[in-house]
Order: sequence, then structure tokens, then C-alpha cells
Amino acid sequence: MLKDLTAHTAPNDIPTQPQAQMPAPRTLVINDFSITAATKNGSGSQTANGALLRALFKMGIPVSGKNLFPSNIQGRPTWYTIRVSKDGFIARRDTTEIMIALNPDSALEDHQNVAPGGVFLYADDIKLPVQRTDISYYAIPVKEMAKAHEADPKLRTYIANMVYVGALSHLIGLDDKEIEAALMFHFKGKQKPVDSNMKVVRAASAWAKENLIKTDPFRVERMDKNEGLIMIDGNTAGALGAIYGGVSFVAWYPITPATSVADGLNDYLPRLRVDPETKKPTYAVVQAEDELAALGMVMGAGWAGARSMTSTSGPGISLMAEFSGLGYFAEIPAVIWDVQRMGPATGLPTRVSQGDVLKAYWLGHGDTKHVVLLPGDPKECFEFGWRAFDLAERLQTPVFVLSDLDIGMNQWMSKPFDYPEEPMDRGKVLTGEQVVAAKGFARYKDVDGDGIGYRTLPGTETPLAAYFTRGSGHNERAALSERSEDWENNMDRLTRKFETARKLVPAPVQDIVEGAEIGIIGFGSTHPAIEEARAQLEAQGIKTSYLRLRALPFNDDLSLFLAAHKRIYMIELNTDAQVTQLVRLHSPVDSPKVRAANHNDGLPLTAHWVVEEIAYQEIKH
Amino acid sequence: MATPTTNGGDGVKANSTIAGNRPLKDLNKPTNVNLIGLSKTDYKGLDSTLCNGCGHDSISAQIITACYELGVKPEGLIKFSGIGCSSKSPAYFMSRSFGFNSLHGRMPSVAQGALLANHTLQGIGVSGDGDTGSIGIGQFIHLVRRNLRMVYIIENNGVYGLTKGQFSATSDIGQELKHAGKNDLPPIDLCREAIVAECGFVARSFTGDPKQVVPLIKAALAHRGTAVLDIISPCVTFNNRDESTKSYAWGKAHDERVNDFGFVMSQEEIQVEYAPGEVKEVELHDGSRIVLKKLDEGHDPTDKQAALRLLTEAHDKQQFITGLLYVNGDRPNLAEVEGLGETPLAHYQQDKLRPSRESLQKIVSGMF
Repeated sequence: MLKDLTAHTAPNDIPTQPQAQMPAPRTLVINDFSITAATKNGSGSQTANGALLRALFKMGIPVSGKNLFPSNIQGRPTWYTIRVSKDGFIARRDTTEIMIALNPDSALEDHQNVAPGGVFLYADDIKLPVQRTDISYYAIPVKEMAKAHEADPKLRTYIANMVYVGALSHLIGLDDKEIEAALMFHFKGKQKPVDSNMKVVRAASAWAKENLIKTDPFRVERMDKNEGLIMIDGNTAGALGAIYGGVSFVAWYPITPATSVADGLNDYLPRLRVDPETKKPTYAVVQAEDELAALGMVMGAGWAGARSMTSTSGPGISLMAEFSGLGYFAEIPAVIWDVQRMGPATGLPTRVSQGDVLKAYWLGHGDTKHVVLLPGDPKECFEFGWRAFDLAERLQTPVFVLSDLDIGMNQWMSKPFDYPEEPMDRGKVLTGEQVVAAKGFARYKDVDGDGIGYRTLPGTETPLAAYFTRGSGHNERAALSERSEDWENNMDRLTRKFETARKLVPAPVQDIVEGAEIGIIGFGSTHPAIEEARAQLEAQGIKTSYLRLRALPFNDDLSLFLAAHKRIYMIELNTDAQVTQLVRLHSPVDSPKVRAANHNDGLPLTAHWVVEEIAYQEIKH
Repeated sequence: MATPTTNGGDGVKANSTIAGNRPLKDLNKPTNVNLIGLSKTDYKGLDSTLCNGCGHDSISAQIITACYELGVKPEGLIKFSGIGCSSKSPAYFMSRSFGFNSLHGRMPSVAQGALLANHTLQGIGVSGDGDTGSIGIGQFIHLVRRNLRMVYIIENNGVYGLTKGQFSATSDIGQELKHAGKNDLPPIDLCREAIVAECGFVARSFTGDPKQVVPLIKAALAHRGTAVLDIISPCVTFNNRDESTKSYAWGKAHDERVNDFGFVMSQEEIQVEYAPGEVKEVELHDGSRIVLKKLDEGHDPTDKQAALRLLTEAHDKQQFITGLLYVNGDRPNLAEVEGLGETPLAHYQQDKLRPSRESLQKIVSGMF
């Protein structure tokens, strides 16, 4: 039957497979290339791409997958790029060696983007006006094979994606068994969909074996580099971290790319957080009417003593400015996840950026400043997921966790999460007995010299425990006050509290290299690109040190790092070099040697860009 | 940690703060303390900073009376407000209760968070017509829709006082104010909005009528979900001209009651002076009862369509009707919908909040 299918392969503008022009490769390229699948949004290619990624991962080869998708439900071009890296580099690459073209709308561009010596594996109904002589072509009868294997026309589009999985698996040497394992994971152990998908994969693989002559050098081979690692996205990791951090109240409003944080919470909370004795939930999740209300609810719950959080992205952060300022001034614990996307305005909702740093740091009118955590990968999303609550309750203030779309929504290889070893820090909360023993308390008095007052929780059963929370000026006893000295005392104490925060937030991670004149500073999702760039620079004889920021406000480690290097490159994904500005403010004396190296094209950063940028600035200056 | 003071959203009828445990035979004894042994001064707040004669201060006094007479435990109640003259007033009653003076129009969201974090506490929110009818109308509607158990009082004076006299969304069409000129837009009727949003307790009253306001507040405190009280409260400084429907003179002259009203606690026997046949009794979720004497219109407050019709007719004629307009305790409140148990979320500690080490290992090993 498969033979028959080839006979019916639709004619197209590429008369024959142009293998004659491509000599058979002399050297194989093993486990070191990128694959891009160009499909239409909403066509079900996620399953296929996920299966490819996970199958490679299970073969022990380091991989990463980046979904470059439109803000659209169905029909627009979308790309999924998989990097296979024997050396363990997982940043995105600009170069694609193997292009899988299933979308006629983007095929022309996709065709041009294949690296010389690469592969163009395409649905045979795609017409190309020109052909290149420097790449290999494989035309696949995608539609026919899908039709042959799936009677239901509605499911055919989905199953068609498995045709390229099968064809590719033959061409590069993917193990069927691992594809099956990946699909089994995807379909949560349901044998039926796995079988129907695998039937297509195997048929397409067999067809490729019979009909294609391999003219490209790209192969995969088993390695053992992924022992003990998992594949995970940062939003799920952050949700799990929050659950192990004891989140008991969540209010949120749907927004790309933060929605999957709430999905993760809704998925895992019922499994993990039902009181075994009463069978009642130890949490509540509310989908709010908007982001204003979401943070308002979170503030109310945090004030009343629940571990309380929300998740959002840029436009939501703008709406939350009002309550963020109240939370800072009224001193209410709350955790706000901002999975950053490209702004300003609606911007590019499905593209990555690190453009909310200044906004989050100073969110609110008047003199407002916030603690901001900067996770660099999913494992850190888990850690900061729980740690953010300890900081929020210890410091009695809103804590922002600034993830981004790349960490949040893409699949990353990760070490397993570490169980929190520190007991929960519920901060300075007085019981009724303590209030009675002390004959009352002053909510905003700096008893311990760290700027943090003591609080009581609503419902504390003594007449002395209650206080009135407000966003207007107040004295140490929480009474309304418009006196200048009360105002200044309070603001001075809040500044003192921020100094305490400086000592409590996660310190930067540093790699100081002996003799390096160049220091690189980065944060968040740029980490893999920076690490790879450093390796490339080192290969050229250029030594670099590296400091990865993990929180605002900065601490002394940053000052020492700045002092210890001659030229500092600030790597960040935004147009205004936001963290560069903060670093210069932090240490004006070092400002002349701090160089902005910011990039903002909406895509995950590449090592290539980092190397080129540093090389260019090294020559220029 | 504090212990729960009332029974919350678990659908359990119990000894609430409203009744306390005082034997029934003592109820009629004249005494200077209430059911839970507190005197009226235990319900006092700070001195008001509102204008002399402000209707809002009467409402604060009526809240104090209602809570005192019911024996509400001050520590078991949270006061909420937004921003505006009305929203200052929680400071002027019940200083032994926690209070949260939040943001303009955002009190509903703060209340939802706080009263889900501790659903065993009661809530009284005080808002104004600007706070509820303009900037906060979205949150107001969604609060009502979610049916959080709380009393939501609108101190409605049809004007922005704190910013010196602009029209609000409840100002009358054609109304004239000194600085703002003439109002060209129709008012929003917040009682109608509440009913349309499925509110189960909607009443309108007049601040100059404590005999009606006090039992309404008591009944509202006993309601299962959100209870909305729209209380016309004249602004003596900016909106008290006799022709204004939000003035004292107008209120006194035009207050048309749709029912007379008594509130009976769960342990009390009904003793009302109304003749049989005139009386309608409505049992509330906690076992207490509302006893209504129907007046001329014969309004049935359990009939939603009748309530909307009555309000619409009054709205069109610019009539001022007061009383319990609609009551229905069938709908579960937010804490019930969330399935919360007896323990408030805010009281759980690490032993219940942090899943086991083994559970994390299991999740991670189940990942790819």
C-alpha cells in the first residue's frame, strides 16, 4: 500500500529529488544541529514537536525546544525549533539545518532559511518556484498518508504531523521506542491515541526507508548526558513551587504567557493540597474579573494571613500598579508572577522580552520600590515559587517574580526540583496572647531595627489586636496621620526595610575567572546563550567572568564584581537597557565601564548574538 | 492563632456571633450589656471627622446599634471600605474590629480575598455612590455575582463630597448643583443592578429612619451571601437642597415604605404586633427570621420580577421607596462554592500547607 502511495505523489515544481546535485556527505554530523518545524497554528503540530523533542531527550542527547508562535488560535504560521547539542548547549540558534515545511504560506521563506548543506523536508503539495543546489530535498506525501491512516477528516490534520515525525525518524535515526514513550507521556498513558499516532509514525518511517535516498549528513546517536534530568516548563515549575510554598489563595486573570501558571495550580492543587482529615481543600483559586480585582483579592487574602499569589504578564502588571503601591505602603504580603512578554501596549503577546523590570521594581505612584526575583530556569522557578512567600511574609510586602515567555512556556531540560529544606517563614505575626502580654502593639513600629513591624491577623481574639489598614498616611499605631514627622518616619522605615530586603533576597550566581578583564552580567532566560557565548569566546582566547543576577534590590556582590572587571557587558532583552540603568544607578563610579548589550527582537537570545555584540564593542571602544 | 468566631460558609447552621449563648429567658432582661456581655461603648469607633449632620454618621450609629443588639463579636468582624467620605466611616464604628480602607472602587476585591482567607469572619463594607456606582461598578457586580457573605452598605448621597461637589452616577437627571451645574444623565439604580446580578438580599432605606435601618442591617448580617443596603444619606454640604431626592427634607416627605420590617434572631420567639394575614415571614440561612408587614403595594420581597418592576416604576417616576425589596437565600455563597471546610485558609500551617517530600519525588519521577 505504501508503494502505491508513492506512485500517487502529487507532481510539483521540483521535478525530482535533486539528489544528484548534493553529493553524499563525507563527514556525518552527529547530535549537533537544529530542526525547525514550520506548520500552521492550531494544526496539532505541538504533539508531533513535543514527541520529537522528548524522543531526542530520552536518547540521552541534550536538547531544547522553542515554540515561536503567533498570537492566534488557528491558521497563522508557527515554528518550533529543536536544538540538538552533544555539548549540552540549549540556547536557541538562528541556524536551521533541518527544515520541516508543512505550511505553504511560509514555505518560501522557510526554504530560504535552511543553512547551506541542510535539509528541506516538505509536504509534497508545497510548490517552490526555485530550487537550491546546496541542500537536500525530501518530498513527503503527507496528505495521502494521513488520509490512508485516518478515516475521520477532522483528525487527519492532526495525524498528518506524525508523518514528518516518522520520515524524520528514519532520516536521522531516531528510536521508534522513544517516540512511543514520548507519545505515551503526552497522552497520559492512553494506549489508543498512542497506537493510532504510532501507526502513522511507523508507516512514514517505512515509506522513507523505501523511497528516500539520504543525501544529508545529519544523524543522532544515543548518549548518556540526560541522566536524572527532566523536561519541564517554567510556569508549571513555578506553580509547583508555589504549592510547596504553601500557597492557599490564588486570584488570576487569563493572559498569555502567564495562563499556564494558573493551569499548573489548578492541575496540581487538587492532588496535593486536600486536607487528609477533613477532605477539604487548603486553598482557593478565583478567576477574577480583571487584573485589578485579581491583585485586590490577593491583597485582601495576604492581609488576612493566607499565602496569596497571582500570575500575569505586562498588561496585567500595568493594571496592578494601583494595588502594588497599596501593598507596599500598607505592608501586605503578596506574590505576583510576571511572565514577561513583549511590550509596550499589547506588543507581541507571544514573544519573549525582559521589558518589565523597571516597571515591576517601581510599580506604583509616589516612592514605591519592590522586591523582584529573577529566576533563570524552570528549576529556579520552582525554588522562587516557594521562597517568594517566605520573603513576602518576612518582609510584609508584595514580591514580584519576573519570569518570561521563554522560561515559562518552553520545555527546558532541568535537574529535578529540590524539596524546600527551610521551614516556612511566616514572618512577624503576633498571637492574641502575645498582644495581651505586651498590652497592645504598634503595627508600624520598628521594634527590631530592621524596618519590619509586627502584625496581627483579622480574627485574633483580643480587643487589643485589631488595627486599621489604610493607604493614607499613618503613624506607628496605624492611626490616620497627616503630620510631616509621621510621614517621614514611616517612609524612612520603609527604606530601612528595603535595606533588610537587600540582605534577604537570593544572591547573584557568579563565575569569576582569573585574569578576565571582561565581566558579563545577565539574568533570566538569557543564561544558556551567555554560557555558550562564554565558551565560544574562551575558544578564541577571550576570558570572561559572569554574574547572573537573581533579584532586586542588588547586593554588594554586584559592587565587587563591577570593581573587579574592566569592561562590563549587560546582556538583557529589552530596548531601553533597563537593568543597565539600574546597575549604573547602583554604582555610579563604575558607570563608564558598564556597557549595554541589549537586544529585543522577541526571540530567545542566541550565543551568536552575544559573541558578535561583545566582539563588536570590544573593537569599537 | 485566633479561633473561628462564627460558623462560615460550610452550610452549617450554628451558634453564630449574632445570637451568642445567652439563655433565652434572659433576653428580655433590661441590662447594660448585650448577649455576649459587651456594653455599647465596646462597639464605638473614633470621633467622626465628617461634616456636622452628615447622614453617614447616623449610619455608623445604626451599625453600632445593630451589632450591639445582635451581640456581634467585634473581633469576629472585618470592616471594609473604598475611598470617599463614606469610606472614611469604618473608622467611626467598632474600633475593636479589624478594618481595611482600601482603594477607590476596589473594596469588593479586597473583601473577597480577606473573607475567603478567613471565611469564619463576618464583613461589613461601607461604600458610596461614586465608589460603587462609578469607579467600582465592575467589582460591585462581580462581588454580588460571586455572593461573598458580607453586608455591603452604600451610603448614597448622589454627589462627590470629598472632591467638593461633582455629580455621581446616582445623581438625579435634571438635578442642579452649585458648582457642577445641571445633570443631563439618568441615575444608575444600584438596587436594580444588584438584583440583576443575582443578589439575594437587596434593601433601600433612608439614614433618617433608624427604625428601618437597624433591623435591615441585622437581617443583612444574617444573610447567607452578599446583602446590599442602599441607604440614602444626604450630603449636608453639597447635596441637601430640598428638591434633591437625596436631601433630608425630600427623604422625610417622600419615603414610601413597601413594607414594615422586623428581625427575629434564631433563638427568639416571634412577637409582632402585625395582624395575621398582613405578615410575611422569611427564614434566613442561619435560622433567624425576617417578619414583614406588607403595605399598600403588597410587595412580595421573595418575588424577583415584582422587585424589579417596583424599582423600575419608582425609578421612572423618581419615587423614593424603602424597605426590603428582594430576598432569596438559596444561592450558595463564595466560600461554599469553593468548598472550604471549617478551618480558615489563613489558619493552616506548614503541616497542612507543604506537601510531603515523597509527593515531590513522585511528581518529578512522573515527569519525562
